[in-house]
Amino acid sequence: MADLTTAQAAGASPPGDGMSAATAARVGRRALADPAATRRRVRARRRRDTLIGWSFILPNFLGFVAITLIPVVAAFALAFTNWDSYNTPDWVGLKNFRRLLHDESTKIALRNTVYYAVGHVPLTLLASLSLAILLNRKIRGAAFFRAAAFFPYITSMVAVALVWNMLFNPASGPVNQFLQWFGVAHGPGWTTSTDWAMPAVIITSAWRDMGYYMILFLAGLQSIPKEQYEAAEMDGATAWQRFRTVTLPGLRPTTFLVLVLLTVQSFKIFDLIVVMTQGGPGRATTVLSQRIYQTGIVDGEFGYASAISVLLFLLVLVLTLTQFWLNKRRERS
Amino acid sequence: MTTTSATPEIVPPVPRRNRGQGSGLRRSIGRVVGYALLIAAALAVLVPFLWMVSSSLKRDNEVFTIPVQWIPHSFQWHNFVDIWSQVPMGTYLKNTVFLSSVITFLQVLTGSFAAYGFAKTRFRGRDTLFFAYIATIALPWQAYMIPQYIMMQKAGLTDTYTSLILLQAFGAFGVFLMRQYYMTIPDELCEAARVDGLSEYGIWARIILPLSKPALASLALLTFVNTWNDYMGPFIYLTSNDHWTIQLGLQSFIGQYDSEYAMMMTGSVLSVLPILVIFLLGQRYFIEGIATSGMKG
Repeated sequence: MADLTTAQAAGASPPGDGMSAATAARVGRRALADPAATRRRVRARRRRDTLIGWSFILPNFLGFVAITLIPVVAAFALAFTNWDSYNTPDWVGLKNFRRLLHDESTKIALRNTVYYAVGHVPLTLLASLSLAILLNRKIRGAAFFRAAAFFPYITSMVAVALVWNMLFNPASGPVNQFLQWFGVAHGPGWTTSTDWAMPAVIITSAWRDMGYYMILFLAGLQSIPKEQYEAAEMDGATAWQRFRTVTLPGLRPTTFLVLVLLTVQSFKIFDLIVVMTQGGPGRATTVLSQRIYQTGIVDGEFGYASAISVLLFLLVLVLTLTQFWLNKRRERS
Repeated sequence: MTTTSATPEIVPPVPRRNRGQGSGLRRSIGRVVGYALLIAAALAVLVPFLWMVSSSLKRDNEVFTIPVQWIPHSFQWHNFVDIWSQVPMGTYLKNTVFLSSVITFLQVLTGSFAAYGFAKTRFRGRDTLFFAYIATIALPWQAYMIPQYIMMQKAGLTDTYTSLILLQAFGAFGVFLMRQYYMTIPDELCEAARVDGLSEYGIWARIILPLSKPALASLALLTFVNTWNDYMGPFIYLTSNDHWTIQLGLQSFIGQYDSEYAMMMTGSVLSVLPILVIFLLGQRYFIEGIATSGMKG
């Protein structure tokens, strides 16, 4: 109502316009037709909307800018400086990145991170998908199993690492005792062996994370129309054929999402390693995040640590974009 | 997908039925195999917890035995009493409860408030801004933790709770989760409230908030549990022992009490127990929160 009156006042300016019979309606219509007035009105309205919108976002946004946005931008800038905690920062160009190429510890950390991802992503994907398919049926106890499988995901990483470290105890841990049933007289040294420490970490993390991705897969399975299964069954398809022609294609969007999330998560691995192996034995399980922590926060080499951060960021970015690209291409074909 | 749904219309279903004769047996075999797999999976999931609880009630020298003793010979209940005097468990718990509560409260408040701005108000640049939020969720925290740390250090906030609260209270995840939920609330509801003369803040407080209780519960529970379990944040920022959270306290067992396996597991049980209680009470909200945030991402 208020808008209309201001518009009328603005629109009623042309002189000689006698107030005839259809005044009210005409003035109203002309006010709407008058571009200047409409624009002014729209602009005032828009300004008000913008103010209100921003007032909602601002409390969170201020924190977001200070805590996330500025540091993200700063990380890129810092990577090109030689700042340590004592001296003033100087611009050094690509020097930090050249140092990366010759830094044995970082190269090992990069290799270990990739190793972890290559093990963690498929193992967790397979475990969570299998769990979801097993539990996506009307069977007694399904609700309990689902809850049980999810619980490790909200158990603290420290407790998980402590328990599995003991389970993996080479001499008398349950894992190697279990392997003995299958004729493995001397099980692997797990976290005490440079060859087996990473597999131990991968198994532990898959155990912890599978429940989370299981939930995503279960939601995906529920979104596949029942008729498709019925149709395939009428068609005489075996369980395996149904899985391949109905379940897998129906799960495509979920699988893609899980793959992206798992990859990003794998490259961030930190706490499990710190508690379970401290990066050892030797440097067998040192990962990139630990190098960033060590060089940046312990040694105070902000510039160089930021260069490793940028490397990590680019890795994740390139991998994610590649996955999106592959997904798009497969969708089209 | 289209091919599978199209085939049955072409192929007449009648002759296929005959195939189902032998499937009664096959189906029951399938069911048995399914249950066997399920039990194996359940054991794989539960055995580590069984180990944790059983070891927490043993003497140190009884933890590693061949074969494994799943039920302790004599229950050492006093482990759960002794731990409080051996390490400052009470302080750790108090610190963790404080941090988790404050962070959860702030995250839910600012997150749901901002989500209204993203879901129910209109202004230029809104969607671009939202995209920036989403993008940072996917960003690894390690990529910008160094500048964050420098900022906190310059502000003199390292080794204070303020640093951790600032770091975790304004996360983009809360905004994202709440916005996804608000998008499912019909705009007509807000429109009607506007006609009735309610301001936008009134609509948020009196219409949207009460309607979004399930989403608020999901966000609150997920944030609380995440903060409770967080290791890296406290590990980097909290250096003095009397500021430590339960996770840091637990980790310190490794160095200090190398052979006190039972005590280690007692501490683990104590740190997991509150999460178990919360999970049992609010299971539905955990699952729903994860399913919605995952599916619509």
